[in-house]
Amino acid sequence: MKIRLPGRILMKMLTTLVSKPATNTNPYDATNIPSKYRGRIVYDSSTCIGCGICMRDCPTKSLRVENIGTKENKKFIMHYSLGRCIFCCQCVDSCPKKSLSQTRDFLLATTDSSDLEEIMR
Amino acid sequence: MIEALTALFKILIFPGFMFLTTYGMLLQFLDRKIYARLQNRFGPPWYQPLADFLKLIGKETIVPTLANKGMFSTLPVVSLAAVSTAFVYIPIYRMQASFSFEGDLIIVLYLMALPSITTFLAGWYSRSVYATIGSVRTLTQLFAYEVPLFAALLSPSIISGSWSISGMAEFYYHNPTLILVNLPSMFIALISIQGKLARKPFDSPEAETEIVSGAFVEYSGRLLAIFKMSVDCELVLLISLAAAIYIPLFTNIIVLDILLYFAKTLVLLFALSIFKAAMARLRMDQIINFCWKVLTPLAMFQIIINLIVRGAL
Amino acid sequence: MSDNSSNRIVIPLGPQHPALKEPGSFTLTLEGEKVVNAVIGIGYNHRGLEKALESRTYIQNLYMIERICGICSHTHSVAYCQAIEEMCGVEIPMRAKYIRVIIAELERLHSHLLWLGVAAHEIGFDTLFMYAWRDREMVLDMLAELCGNRVNYGINTLGGVRRDIDDNDAHEIKKILRVLHNQISYYLELATNEPTLIARLADVGKLNHDDALKFGAVGPVARAAGIANDVRKIEPYAAYDEVPVNVITDDHGDVLGRTLVRVKEMLESISIIRYCLDNLPAGEILAKVPRKVPAGEMISRTEAPRGENIHYINSDGSDIPYRIRVRAPSEANWHGMKHMLEGSFLADVPIAIAAIDPCYSCTDRAIFVNSDNGESRLYDWKGLREYSIKWHRDRGLNIADIQIPMAKNYIQIQRKTND
Repeated sequence: MKIRLPGRILMKMLTTLVSKPATNTNPYDATNIPSKYRGRIVYDSSTCIGCGICMRDCPTKSLRVENIGTKENKKFIMHYSLGRCIFCCQCVDSCPKKSLSQTRDFLLATTDSSDLEEIMR
Repeated sequence: MIEALTALFKILIFPGFMFLTTYGMLLQFLDRKIYARLQNRFGPPWYQPLADFLKLIGKETIVPTLANKGMFSTLPVVSLAAVSTAFVYIPIYRMQASFSFEGDLIIVLYLMALPSITTFLAGWYSRSVYATIGSVRTLTQLFAYEVPLFAALLSPSIISGSWSISGMAEFYYHNPTLILVNLPSMFIALISIQGKLARKPFDSPEAETEIVSGAFVEYSGRLLAIFKMSVDCELVLLISLAAAIYIPLFTNIIVLDILLYFAKTLVLLFALSIFKAAMARLRMDQIINFCWKVLTPLAMFQIIINLIVRGAL
Repeated sequence: MSDNSSNRIVIPLGPQHPALKEPGSFTLTLEGEKVVNAVIGIGYNHRGLEKALESRTYIQNLYMIERICGICSHTHSVAYCQAIEEMCGVEIPMRAKYIRVIIAELERLHSHLLWLGVAAHEIGFDTLFMYAWRDREMVLDMLAELCGNRVNYGINTLGGVRRDIDDNDAHEIKKILRVLHNQISYYLELATNEPTLIARLADVGKLNHDDALKFGAVGPVARAAGIANDVRKIEPYAAYDEVPVNVITDDHGDVLGRTLVRVKEMLESISIIRYCLDNLPAGEILAKVPRKVPAGEMISRTEAPRGENIHYINSDGSDIPYRIRVRAPSEANWHGMKHMLEGSFLADVPIAIAAIDPCYSCTDRAIFVNSDNGESRLYDWKGLREYSIKWHRDRGLNIADIQIPMAKNYIQIQRKTND
């Protein structure tokens, strides 16, 4: 019978001992954010036609378009709840006028829940 | 008066209790750091053990309703006391330990068994299922590693003819070639120490993913802090003992000898950390099989060799 | 035979336990360290997902369906999307099919690496755990680079995929796959040679060929017992009919076999991704799918990293599904669990449970099956509450006796404000 010695991982371990750690000291080290990362949504009211498709497609109902102008002279604002948003960016895909776009912001944690309710103009 | 004060200084400050606990924390940090680096991680900052300790001290201590209160809160202190008593007999910065007498090796070995016994009792008196299983495993493991550990630690004394640790250190200092004879038993001792301290691959008694943390599962706050500290001190004690018996190199210059002590213990710690990282946790039956079928025969073989060498001298 | 019943102790493993990543209760009767009886209680993570799916539109459900499982989210959304595309009679572009396969295989890589890490952690081999998860990071980074997120990829949409793979991405993926291939080959070598690993994995959680068939095991659990059951091969979906897939089987039938199957599958996944990247057809990635799905019903199967995943969708012609039923792979593998646990050591229980790669929240359904006569019935809220109180009372815990001062205060405050 062949006797197998334990500790076959030894050589690998000794090489990692001298190599650079795979972990980093977050948040002090820079984090690499992918270019297509789906983060916070931004809204451009100038192109919005107020169709409300974003509201209908949003899985968590975190978007609400509101007309603050008159019926003839429309002006839209977007109520955006970061606390509800799951960052799927379906609204970005659904928007017919490309008024919504995604950013790479992801450091959105806050101690005050009212910070999570945004009004985008 | 001066003598009494010196003795007190030796017991409480250096190389006694204060040094033991501080160095215990340092070794814990180094152990975790090396372990982390072997796993390609960053590891904790240097103050982590101290921070853990202070945090635990500040936490509420909860004693389970069913537990025996007296035993539950005395046991951690007994464990720490046993370790710090044993440490007094170990040579640190010179060949002679702070206190020594013929046969102190036996005393140290028995004092070393106390932390394991207290762990067992702590689990038993916690009255929790996980703690009970953990304590039964602790005791089972005690029977597994105790024999090879004792045999490995005692076999050098057969050649030296002295049953005192300081005496052994002195003998091997004068006969350095005989150290080589004891190398296999040093290897056996290091593996048994791993079992003694319930480190991987012998951490079945406190296997986190099986029985949460074994005997300590009901402990919290200050009592847990003392238990953790006694485990750290046990590590220092065992490493220092192994260093004194198996690597008895001294220069007779105090500062150099202290540095040499650090170097020796760090080398041994590194070896222990490698053991810890390189293997999967063994099951209880596998541990017993390994200890009785591999380690004990090897230790016995070492004793026979040492007897032959002794006869040839 | 001596009567050992007095030596028996009952130990509750879970609902909260370090070995379990999600709540599940295992009541084990031990004789020394041996398990003589195991009672498995799942259902702590019931989220009412199927009901929630019935109150959202098909587009909103895309993201709900991904959250059935955090690890195999892509496979659920593929099953869902292809069922609806089939019902609408839409043929999605070939390029989208290939991209779906690439993401599915990347997901399999990350899921199996995650499993390898968890398994190594259960048996106390933390170094392998850290290495496996370090390599998993590379896969997650790749997925984030391709899809925009690390776990809930959101790449599938009705009629295709939302993100394209360009040449630059393909080049980057191939570069990382080379590193991963080396690492995974190393793990394969480790799993076949490291004695402590073999000592802990071999002969644990045995489920032989016949038992695997009897309990209806799927995925790596079935394949480790020698059953070549792989939906990618037996009923190819997406682009699997064009991509060469080798089904990995093993005849160990224990945890070691499952480990080997999973590690070899990772190597297979890498070659599938390479093939797909080399043969990625040009063209569109999205076809138009109507918002209202024609009335009808459809069953769709995919091969999740954990096994066969089945979705049943029933449409009444509106834009909201009438009924969606999800048979997650873990659900099929739970049945053999009792058989695997009994007779094993307590120390082997965590790894035996982990070896089926259980996903509790995928599985949990509020259905009551009476094991004696096989009758099943549905509980309403009141009945469920009474059942729960009775269940706890049988185990010596009277919920009615528990004083919850906070809740009482809360009720008083509520009353005051109401006045």
